[in-house]
This record gives sequence, structure tokens and C-alpha cells, in this order.
Amino acid sequence: MNSEKIMEQPKVRKESKNKIKVDFERTPLKERLKAKFLSMFFLKKLVWWIVRYVLLVGVAYIVLFPFISKIAASFMEMYDLADSSVKLIPKNFTVEIYRELWLKQDYVKAFMNTLGLSLTTAVIQMFICSLIAYGFAKFKFKGNKLLFALVILTMIIPHRTIQQALLARFKGFDIFGIFGFLEGGGIKILGFEFNNEALSSINVFPDSWKMFTSDGINLLNTLWPFILLSLAGLAFKNGLYIFLLRQFFMGVPDELEESAYIDGSGVFRTFFTIILPISIPMMITVFLFAFSWQWTDDFYTGGAMFFVDKFEAPYLLINFIEEDIPKSLVDKNFKGQEAYNGVVRNTAGLMVIAPLVVMYLFCQKYLVQGIERSGLTAD
Amino acid sequence: MTNEIEIKKVKPAKRKRNASLDKRKARAGWIFVLPFVIGFILIYIPMLYDSISSSMIFSDKNPQTGIMEKTFVGWQAYAEAFTATSKGGTDFLEILITGVTDMILDIPMILLFSLFMAVLLNQKMAGRAVFRAIFFVPVILSTGIMNTMGSQSIDAYMSSSSGIDDGSGQDAATQIVSALDVQELFSGMAIGDGMLTYVADIINRIYDIVNRSGVQMLIFLAGLQSISPAIYESVQIDGATSWETFWKITFPMISPMILVNAVYTVIDAFTTDSRVMQYIRDIKAGDLVGKHPTTIATAMSWIYFLVVIGILGLVAAIFSAYVFYQRKN
Repeated sequence: MNSEKIMEQPKVRKESKNKIKVDFERTPLKERLKAKFLSMFFLKKLVWWIVRYVLLVGVAYIVLFPFISKIAASFMEMYDLADSSVKLIPKNFTVEIYRELWLKQDYVKAFMNTLGLSLTTAVIQMFICSLIAYGFAKFKFKGNKLLFALVILTMIIPHRTIQQALLARFKGFDIFGIFGFLEGGGIKILGFEFNNEALSSINVFPDSWKMFTSDGINLLNTLWPFILLSLAGLAFKNGLYIFLLRQFFMGVPDELEESAYIDGSGVFRTFFTIILPISIPMMITVFLFAFSWQWTDDFYTGGAMFFVDKFEAPYLLINFIEEDIPKSLVDKNFKGQEAYNGVVRNTAGLMVIAPLVVMYLFCQKYLVQGIERSGLTAD
Repeated sequence: MTNEIEIKKVKPAKRKRNASLDKRKARAGWIFVLPFVIGFILIYIPMLYDSISSSMIFSDKNPQTGIMEKTFVGWQAYAEAFTATSKGGTDFLEILITGVTDMILDIPMILLFSLFMAVLLNQKMAGRAVFRAIFFVPVILSTGIMNTMGSQSIDAYMSSSSGIDDGSGQDAATQIVSALDVQELFSGMAIGDGMLTYVADIINRIYDIVNRSGVQMLIFLAGLQSISPAIYESVQIDGATSWETFWKITFPMISPMILVNAVYTVIDAFTTDSRVMQYIRDIKAGDLVGKHPTTIATAMSWIYFLVVIGILGLVAAIFSAYVFYQRKN
């Protein structure tokens, strides 16, 4: 019976020169909708869709709420704060705070400095950490496990705890006292002190160099502490990056490298041409961490650490927040001035964070690539 | 044939000592990890030495001369640290134990939450990029930029008129679900008081937990991204349900990242803003019954790190038993 229906000639409704309208035998619309929307499959999908969005929007709200109020306040006029009828929507919308901050402080210069510092450290850390992690993941050598335990150790002891020692290290940077020794300082080995009077009279380095004194080189207020720490994989949370990348590399099947070795590729070439391209999501993740943590860092760049004099050293975005409030935003008769100062600082903070969010939006699409293109399969 | 053929004595080529493949690979491994080894020896070990030696020296003012004198006391500071009490009357040992129990309860929660969120964020849906950007915010905040921005002054001013919230987000979270509601909901079920307070506690601290799982979420997300879609395709063809796919494919493939996150969560919970670290900082600032606060504080942090290392070893041992690596050996 069914086949007869199909065989039936379609009813021609209307025929013109180049158009033809035909009536087909079709399931009625009601039935079709029923089949589509009342099935278990659709219901399951719908429920999951709702649950997912409720969860995501809920958690996003929790994350964003402090920012919503900060962003709202940043567009308010001074006297809106005193008005208790004003909550999240400013009564008098203004961009005055942004304008004043932009005009008073050199945002562009601070931005470029911060970008330079963050980019340098993040790229070095990403690269060095993946090298070290690959060494730990794919090669068996004596002391592999012990060395890796030391990496974890560097993760456990926060730099805040050894702040004094860290500062002293770079205030007078020296390798086992060699620099100091050359300049005529004493060297102390296991309690014995060797004075080097002969060298001090010769003066190995001309006075005009004065690169280092007998206490070593003073690296404060330069980028060197950051670069040196990054090069050694000892910078902020680098242990995490090494661990993360090591776990990833350990999951990469050995066949991939073996086939490259058989084709005559060396260890390093294999690493750069085979392994790195498939680890893009991980590398991007490490880059994001390193970059954004350097960007918002105020421990290492703060006055107590490497950038002692923030005006002499690269002036960074983070210094923005602690700047004085622009004079045009101060009204001595206004009782809520203190709160308003807080709003100004918050706005400065928003100006610091904003570029990061933009950068993440740009980077997140690279998070989706990676193995999809690599031809890596489950064997 | 009279032509003399001069036979040059060919010096046998010096046999190149070909190291075995294993040896060569071991050497290559050393080259890869060399930056860390050099840095560790040149920068880190001297720092550790400085720190440990400073925990063994008491500096006292000589009553006669008024000059600071240093005396080497060995492990004495460590012995004193165990019995140390702050001026508020809290023992170091007591706070150490509560700190450790708190952390042990937090780990599974943060891990589950971040894995779940990462799985959600990994699915194709409208607005995925926006959600990912939003969930990236806690990562930025984990350096404590919120404290630098200092929203307390607004809080103080606004608390009367409640125009702007304090910026901590705690209110926002508790406005949605209050722990009391949940307690009522669950009190009908016989799940026991311990479980009930645990769940209620999670809800009360949801802001804290969300903000502390940002890094873990991103790590899981990257881990999920590096699972080959071909595997999913093949199990789909074989007729696996999504439940089976999660437990048989996603979970084992993500397990190396679970280990990373477990270790990171432990370290983060212990070192970033933990109660114990705060306590040690207070001690260092002079909040100690007794003398030599700086030295005792340093000794305390070393004791604390040893405890952390012990727990870390335990966690790593438990988790690494279940980690699956996609390789032969």
C-alpha cells in the first residue's frame, strides 16, 4: 500500500513557463512536529541544554558579579555614589574616570612596558618549560625521578617565603663568588676565606665598566632577574608548567617519535617538528598562565622586589593602581571622596585587566586546534 | 705486470665509539633538562641554603654593647616552633592540623567542579568563546590583583546605603542559594550530619571554590582538547553511550591531567592563602609569645613545607596508580 502511494503521480497544482507547483503526499505538519519534538531524544537534549546553560550562566554570574559592580561604578559620576537610589545603573553616565586616568598617566607607555616584560617572560618560560618537560617525559636517565622531585619542590616553596634570599641573590648576582673574586673581593668556601689581593691590585675590569662591584652585579631594576629565572625554569609557578607539559608529553605515543627516528630525524628535530606542533593547546595554556600572571603580578615588580624604584625601572600597568588619584577627580568637600578614590582605583584595575581578556578571546580559538590536525590516532 | 702497485697502508679509521641508543637518549635527556639543572644549582640551592641557615641563627641584642649578635643554635628553633603559641593563644600544631583537614576536604570538590566545568565548556554550543573568557577571569585574579585594587574602602562607605556591593561576590553567590535552603532540602534524607555540613559548606563557599578552580579548569580544558576526535568517532561507531564514552575514553585520557591538578590543588591550597601561611606571616611580624619571631617563623615554614611534601607524596601515590598513559611500556 505504501509503495502504491509513492508510485502515485504527484498532483500538479499550478504550472507556468518555468515554475511548477506540485502537491506531494506528505505527513501532516502536526504529525511531523510531534515526531520531532515529542521524542525522547529531543526531550533529553532539551533538558541537557537547559541544565547546561543554567549552570554556566549561574557560575558566570558568580565570577562576574564583583566586576559588574566595579564596571558600573566606573561609569558613575562622583555624586552618584552618595545617592542611595543609584545601584548598578549609573544615573549620570560618564567616562570621566577613564579619561582622567588616560590623560594623567602614560597608559600607552606602561602598556608597552608591561607587554614587553610579559611577552618576554611568557615566551621564554613556555619554551624552556616544554624543553625541560620533554626531557623528563621521554628520556630515561639516571636521576630523572630525583630531578623531577626537585621541580616539584620548587613548586611547593613559594617565592614569598624565600623573598629575602631571592632579593639578595639578584642584588648581588654572582656565580659562586666568581665575579666578586675577579673584582678583588673575598671568596668563602666551606668556611675558609680566600682573599684575593693580587687580583684586586691589577683590577681585571677597567673602572669605566663598573659592571659589578666586589659583591657581584646589581641586577635590581633590570629585566635580568625575570629573564634568568625564566631561563632556568624557576620563575613564578614554572614547576606547574613543567609538570603539566610532562604529563602531556607522557601521553604522546612513543611510536610517533620512533617513526621519526627511523626516518633519520634527530632528537631535537623530532622535538621541534613533530612534538611541538601537536602540543599547541598545552603550549597556549602555559603561555596564557605565564603571560597573565606576569601581567598582573605586583610581587616581583613591586617595591620590595626586583623593581625597587618603579619610576626608574620600566613603569608598568600594575603601578597604575597605586598611583595618586588625579586632582581633577578630587573634591575636598565631598564626603564620599574615600569611596570615590576606591572607585578610581578599581577603574585603574579594570584598565589593567581589560587587555588580558581581549588576549584570551584571541588565544582561546587556538585551544581548539592541536591533535585534530596531527594525524595522531588511537592504535 | 711489473707495475708496482704501491699499497698505501690505510690507517684504520679510528673506530667511532658508538654509544648505545639508550645511552645516547639518556644524554639527550640531560641536555633537555640542563637549563633547570644549571639554574637549580646556581640560583636555587644557594637560596635554600640561605633560608635554612637563617632558621638556625638566633640574633640577640647584646645588653652591654647594644650590637646585634648572631648565635648558631642548630635545630633549636624547630623544637621551639612546635610548641610556639601566638599572642592570640593559637598553637602552631593546632592550626597545622586544622589547615591540613580543611585542605583534604577541598581537593575532591575543586577537582570535580573544575573537571565538570571543563567538560561543559568543551562542548559545542552558542556563546562558548564568551563563557570560556568568563571562566578565564579567576586565573587572572589568582595573583591577588583584587587585593591590590582594594575595594574595601567602597565597602566601608557603601555598607550603609548598600549602593555597591563589597566586590567579594560572596553576597552574590549566597543570594542565589543559601546554605539553609539546602540544609532543609537534605535534612529529610538520611545522609548523616557530616555529609550535610560538607554540602552546606560547599555552597557557602561557592565563590571561593569557583575562584580557586580557574587554573584547574583551563588545564582540564587543554587536556580535553588534546584527545583525538578519531577516538570518539570510533567508539561512537561501535555504539557507546555518552556515559560509557566519558568513563572509558575521556576519563582515562584526562587522568594525567587529574594528577597535575591534584598536585597543584594541594600546593595552591597550602601555599597561596592558607590559614597556616597567614599564621606564619603573623608570627614573623612579631605575634609570638617568646623571642626570635623571625627565626621561628622560618623554621615553621620549613616544618610546614615538609608536611606539604608528605601529603603531596601521598596524593601523588594514590592518583598515579590510576593514571593512564597512551604508550606501550
